[in-house]
Amino acid sequence: MTAVAELMDYAEVIERFDPVLGLEVHVELSTNTKMFCGCANVFGGEPNTHVCPTCLGLPGALPVMNGKAVESAIRIGLALNCEIAQWCRFARKNYFYPDMPKNFQTSQYDEPIAFDGYLDVPLDDGEVVRVEIERAHMEEDTGKSLHVGGATGRIHGAEHSLLDYNRAGVPLIEIVTKPITGAGERAPEIARAYVTALRDLLRAMDVSDVRMDQGSLRCDANVSLMPKGTSEFGTRTETKNVNSLRSVERAVRYEMARHGAVLAGGGTIRQETRHFQESDGTTAPGRTKETAEDYRYFPEPDLVPVAPSREWVEELRGTLPEPPWERRKRIQEEWGLTGEELRDLVNTGAADLVAATVDAGAEPGDARSWWVQFLTQQANAREVELADLPITPAQVARVIELVKSGELTNKLAREVVQGVLAGEGEPDEVVETRGLKVVSDDTALLTAVDEALAAQPDVAEKIRGGKVQAAGAIVGAVMKATKGQADAKRVRELILERVGA
Amino acid sequence: MTDLTRLTAAELAAKIHAREVTSAEVTRAHLDRIAEADGRVHAFLHVDTEGALAAAREVDAGLEAGHAPASPLAGVPLALKDVLTTEGIPTTCGSKTLENWLPPYDSTVTRRLREAGIVILGKTNMDEFAMGSSTENSAYGPTRNPWDHERIPGGSGGGSSASLAAFEAPLAIGTDTGGSIRQPGAVTGTVGVKPTYGGVSRYGLVAFSSSLDQAGPCARTVTDAALLHEVIGGHDPLDSTSIDAPVPPVVAAAREGARGDLSGVRVGVVQEFAGEGYQPGVLRSFQAAVEQLRELGAEVVEVSCPNFAYALPAYYLIAPSECSSNLARFDAMRYGLRVADDGEHGAEEVMSLSREAGFGAEVKRRIMLGTYALSSGYYDAYYGSAQKVRTLITRDFTAAFERVDVLVSPTTPTTAFKIGERVDDPLAMYLADLCTIPANLAGNPAMSVPSGLSDEDGLPVGLQIMAPTLADDRLYRVGAAYEVARDAAAGGSLVHQVPELEAAK
Amino acid sequence: MPNISRDEVAHLAKLARLAVTDEELDVFAGQLDQILDAVAKVGEVAGDEIPPTSHAVPLTNVFRADEIRPGLSQEQALAGAPAAEEGRFRVPRILGEEQ
Repeated sequence: MTAVAELMDYAEVIERFDPVLGLEVHVELSTNTKMFCGCANVFGGEPNTHVCPTCLGLPGALPVMNGKAVESAIRIGLALNCEIAQWCRFARKNYFYPDMPKNFQTSQYDEPIAFDGYLDVPLDDGEVVRVEIERAHMEEDTGKSLHVGGATGRIHGAEHSLLDYNRAGVPLIEIVTKPITGAGERAPEIARAYVTALRDLLRAMDVSDVRMDQGSLRCDANVSLMPKGTSEFGTRTETKNVNSLRSVERAVRYEMARHGAVLAGGGTIRQETRHFQESDGTTAPGRTKETAEDYRYFPEPDLVPVAPSREWVEELRGTLPEPPWERRKRIQEEWGLTGEELRDLVNTGAADLVAATVDAGAEPGDARSWWVQFLTQQANAREVELADLPITPAQVARVIELVKSGELTNKLAREVVQGVLAGEGEPDEVVETRGLKVVSDDTALLTAVDEALAAQPDVAEKIRGGKVQAAGAIVGAVMKATKGQADAKRVRELILERVGA
Repeated sequence: MTDLTRLTAAELAAKIHAREVTSAEVTRAHLDRIAEADGRVHAFLHVDTEGALAAAREVDAGLEAGHAPASPLAGVPLALKDVLTTEGIPTTCGSKTLENWLPPYDSTVTRRLREAGIVILGKTNMDEFAMGSSTENSAYGPTRNPWDHERIPGGSGGGSSASLAAFEAPLAIGTDTGGSIRQPGAVTGTVGVKPTYGGVSRYGLVAFSSSLDQAGPCARTVTDAALLHEVIGGHDPLDSTSIDAPVPPVVAAAREGARGDLSGVRVGVVQEFAGEGYQPGVLRSFQAAVEQLRELGAEVVEVSCPNFAYALPAYYLIAPSECSSNLARFDAMRYGLRVADDGEHGAEEVMSLSREAGFGAEVKRRIMLGTYALSSGYYDAYYGSAQKVRTLITRDFTAAFERVDVLVSPTTPTTAFKIGERVDDPLAMYLADLCTIPANLAGNPAMSVPSGLSDEDGLPVGLQIMAPTLADDRLYRVGAAYEVARDAAAGGSLVHQVPELEAAK
Repeated sequence: MPNISRDEVAHLAKLARLAVTDEELDVFAGQLDQILDAVAKVGEVAGDEIPPTSHAVPLTNVFRADEIRPGLSQEQALAGAPAAEEGRFRVPRILGEEQ
């Protein structure tokens, strides 16, 4: 076991050092197929069932670029305000590792498809920080290994490993920031806000599932400290295995405190890869390599260069959605929200979803109430982020529409949403299969009303005598008889009609 | 009865399609010949007797039912270099590491051969992963040259060339990274063509050097090679470097050439490919061939390609660099030989021990050479510079082809050398590819066609013809014209002078 | 003039995952030195102004439609595996970390 690292009090870190951040985010694209072959790009599945000679690295197999992935890469570059390369190539990054079938990763090296951009990142208090983007490049994902034997299921102590290549070859975009300086005490917050803004942007673009829990968005955080008043960057560490937005903030904060303690104690920081441990919020060193890796990059001879025409680039620019933060600004004005109300919406992750629901035709008030109340409860119950609930804004908008048109009551609508969340299909399908339509056929309702009145002649007499409020008992009986699928207001009307009150 | 193994592919196809003979009979005759000769020659690593006969019977059944033949070569047997994957048929690349590998898929070349009704007899011997010029680097023992069993059949495709010269197959497929189709063709008195890079799909061709590898036809006549070229050529969406253009009209060009008129054709003799290191008999055969071209009406001029002198060193940087990466996948994890998996050794050690056990000396040498050339600090001086030489070679070709239609040279500086003669001297071995490498670096097509026997040792010599990118048809026009004229002057095809099995030492 | 040492060859062998023997190290060191000496000749003409060529035929933008193509079954995928378990490739224990 590694010894517990000494940590410096955070306030002292800030007093004595300036932090420098660098964030590398890997995004798995949600294309139908992998980067270089026609295998399905899906999460999970029976092991080694989404594989072919190419992604298994069989002798003789060759890669062919997925045009949709290139298109997504260019769109991402444009959304990050990058230059798009006139001409660029893939390279081979050579290193041996069992989860990489060819023992080289096909990746862009010194010729990224997109470079020199920026992302304006809104912080919690409304301040906006510009994060400079160094590059966004295309590459492929590796397979997954399962370590068998040993106590932890991790590498250490394992007796052997099992490999599944379903993920091998899934298209990845790696987005690298330039060094982020001057962040001061807000460095951890900025790191989280950057990844959040990036995630929201990519989601709005519909290019990735951006699920940190499933690894479709992964963040490596580079952290270094330099003593106040100096301008030479300190030695950095790269923290991997940061699997949630909260962890991004924690990992950066932890590394700052650890670096601070090491440096203040006269020690030196070793340039290394560290792993974030969700359980206690610490980082642990990976195995140190005896020699620096020499990846022996060279241009990939099996793929030809990508030379996107300026017409194509401009066409793709036209497909970019309104950036989420601009949309938020717009909805704040349109809905007359206070800054605090908007922030609540944003913080619960509901703002973009509400906006998308409104875009899909719902009233802002209805959309807000669905996401902030019922769906937030559902997300909490399932311990997932709101946006990760398996329901789309369009589906929510449809449910709202069904309520508006009187085809669903609010109670039924919640059942429909449960059905959608349970994977039973579109709202209309759930209404159909669960038989949840409001009973609006007066004939059927009248039968129920007549039966209820006949069953309680004394109540019927009271109503007839002018005690209209007594109708409530009959309404209740009808609702019970129709299993709540009747519109209570209409039932009441029919009762009054029937007794001639 | 005619010896079916002595006929050309075109003759066999004509007889099969005319129902004079069945494909099964033709296939059986070649299988019998393999049984008789291959114990001496060792051209094959695997003979697929049942599969070949089944494919032949299928062709026969189609013809019997009145269907048109699937291609002009339907029913004709072929020997396939063991570097192209064949579903369910062993594919070893001449390496121990793939000793028991059964590919789960067909290469595009294999698929096109099958679709064309061509009968695949088996897989031919080769230098391990196509690295070599003599087929001595095969893990399964050398192939012998049918002209002299003490000598090499060329390489890396020595099994394919020897199978043709030993009349075990009328057609073969080779792959050419630095001359592995043409040089074996030259030293066995057979025809071999490296098409334009991108002209034949590389999908399923186990890569040695991806930017240089190209599969192509091997045959005993230029016309047969052309017929085979049209079967295997053409765009393949599974190979990103495949050219999306029609196959050049090579069969028509061969027919036109066979009429024996080359007037108006400008032929350039590459000045740099002569002199020291060239066997005098080879140069004399080459001179006679040039004279023959002139007699056919060609205008012959001398052309200088000054950077060709740098082709060999550039090649021995680019090919090893790419191979060091291409062969990384042979790591004993997913397929291939695994040793030392005893629970003691970790994955990294098992990889290293398995690669050490699975690869031969030449493969290891080139992997290390390539690893060095790509290392940071050396990249610019080695790999980077080699790629610049590639540009210079292409410029030399471009300049030359502004003046002439084709270039000619000897295919290889010497005739077949003795088995064992160069194994301990890699640099001497590499010289065998001196003249063939420029076309691999620039990607343009080239052919070797027999130009007779060297007068001092009585062994075959090849004439190399090179054409501009996508002008593969010019090779066939000039090659066929020359072949017809040479055969007429010599009183028959060179390859028919191959000694009988017993007569060869 | 290259002059590659035995140690350098050992390093290359390690990078290339080749567990070469001591005798091989001696032989390869001599041969690699000789070959590198010969191929270093490319430096004579590789001027700064000359662009490198990575691809023999100058094609660009070769893309595939984003459509699923049938691949291999799990059984086919594992058929050539030296060892398999639970539908996965079984390999000796992996030391070190994921990249």
